[in-house]
Amino acid sequence: MFDFSVITCWIDNLLRVEWGLPDFWTLAIEFVLVGVALLTAYALIALVLIYAERKICGFFQCRIGPNRVGKWGLLQVVADMIKILTKEIIPIKRSDKFLFLMAPFFVIIGSILTFAALPFGLGLQAIDFNIGVVYILAVSSLGVIGILLAGWSSNNKYSLIGAIRSGAQLVSYELSAGLSLMVAVVLAGTMQLSEIVEAQSDLWFIFKGGIFAFVAFVIYLIAGHAETNRGPFDLAEAESELTAGYHTEYSGITFGFYYVAEYTNLFIVAAIATTMFLGGWMPLHIPGFDAFNAVMDYIPTPIWFFGKCAFCIFMALWVRWSYPRLRIDQLLKLEWKVLMPITLVNLAAVAVAVTM
Amino acid sequence: MKSFYLYIKELFEGICNLILGLKISMMNFLRPKVTEQYPENRKTAQHFDRFRARLVMPHNEKNEHKCIACGICEMNCPNGTIQVLSSMVEDPETGRKKKVLDKYIYDLGTCTFCNMCVTSCPHKAIAWSQDFEQAVFDRDRLYCQLNAEGSHVESKTIPTPKTEGKQNTSTVNGQES
Ligand code: SF4
Ligand code: SF4
Repeated sequence: MFDFSVITCWIDNLLRVEWGLPDFWTLAIEFVLVGVALLTAYALIALVLIYAERKICGFFQCRIGPNRVGKWGLLQVVADMIKILTKEIIPIKRSDKFLFLMAPFFVIIGSILTFAALPFGLGLQAIDFNIGVVYILAVSSLGVIGILLAGWSSNNKYSLIGAIRSGAQLVSYELSAGLSLMVAVVLAGTMQLSEIVEAQSDLWFIFKGGIFAFVAFVIYLIAGHAETNRGPFDLAEAESELTAGYHTEYSGITFGFYYVAEYTNLFIVAAIATTMFLGGWMPLHIPGFDAFNAVMDYIPTPIWFFGKCAFCIFMALWVRWSYPRLRIDQLLKLEWKVLMPITLVNLAAVAVAVTM
Repeated sequence: MKSFYLYIKELFEGICNLILGLKISMMNFLRPKVTEQYPENRKTAQHFDRFRARLVMPHNEKNEHKCIACGICEMNCPNGTIQVLSSMVEDPETGRKKKVLDKYIYDLGTCTFCNMCVTSCPHKAIAWSQDFEQAVFDRDRLYCQLNAEGSHVESKTIPTPKTEGKQNTSTVNGQES
């Protein structure tokens, strides 16, 4: 396995020793580099996901999706991006101007902050908190503040209803999402993401944890999917009843922010599920098959990570294009009467199983 | 206890139904796609038989059509799209006067493709073609003459192949009944 910290250490060494920069400047330059790298990854992931979603959605509907701009429509997303960047931002009369313009940034920042703690590969992690799971749960649900602000400041009934729905959805589903991640924490015995990944070096939790881990994985995918306001849970935007829900009044790049954040949130949910249950960047190791394990180690760790994410994202898209939208009461019933009890029983059972 | 049992039962039934839904959408995912890549496949593109692109008057190999210039299609057309220009010609054998088609004018620009003309024609002289590429730069070019130059009506005296003869009689019968 190639350790990417070799590269980061080399840069650090170059700045500190070779160029002899003081601590302050070294850190400043490194922060900028990390920020640029993460933002680039952010934009690229969003572009790739938008393309993948449109293609896969087409396939589910027996179409072939975008196929005109560039080979296989590969440049379609780029064209769309340019279009959205050149569109006018329409100011809304009698809206709360300050909050209205601020809301998209909340949504974006919520998802960018999560990127900081995600382990993309061996040594490819910006910050490694000892409470990484709690941090990720906290910042990844920050986006809902942006959604609530957007609904409130638009001064529009549809937006407000969409935002309130989204708030209710997040408050309920955050419980199941958090509690099902706790199963992985119990199995690993730590909240540090790097150690959780390390704990899966012999076998991923989804296999090692048996039925408990599987149930927790499925519930996390459902709850996380609900938090991204997509698929059968998209009643926060519900275009047939609320025009576009909380982002009805947004146009141009401010709308683009919501659009991009939706896709990166999809990626973040997949990435968290990957890290916690599918072993993150850890290659597939089966105890006892040393030759097989050695071969698996030759595949670079980011490829493992993004491959597993792609699998989770495909599941999310599959679900999205299979089921009709839930009503708000059905949505809450699903959480409080089905997912919550199962998660609690599951968590209790896994805790007992681990202590025994 | 009963309600708990029902809850568990409902839960498993729900999961089964959800999996069924996923299975169906996956079958669609793997099915061949229906998208037509139009300009690339214009040579091989298939159209439905019922597709109505443009009115045509089929001619047989002897440059004969079946139109007897009765004008029923012209009368039935709600848009005045069809003009049947005919003249009276004396039959050299019987000496009786007979209507003969001179020009069958069809204005593609006003046709609504309602199919009234085709269904009302007693001789099945007109039909629909499938060549949908009908865009032109000049409106005048939408006026078409459907009968070919120098064509004349199919003569009954020349023995026609069995099937065609049957077809003719059946339409005549259909008209009478
Ligand atoms: S299809 Fe309808 S509108 Fe067109 S020529 Fe026939 S009768 Fe007239
Ligand atoms: S096309 Fe048919 S209906 Fe029209 S004039 Fe000819 S025979 Fe009569």
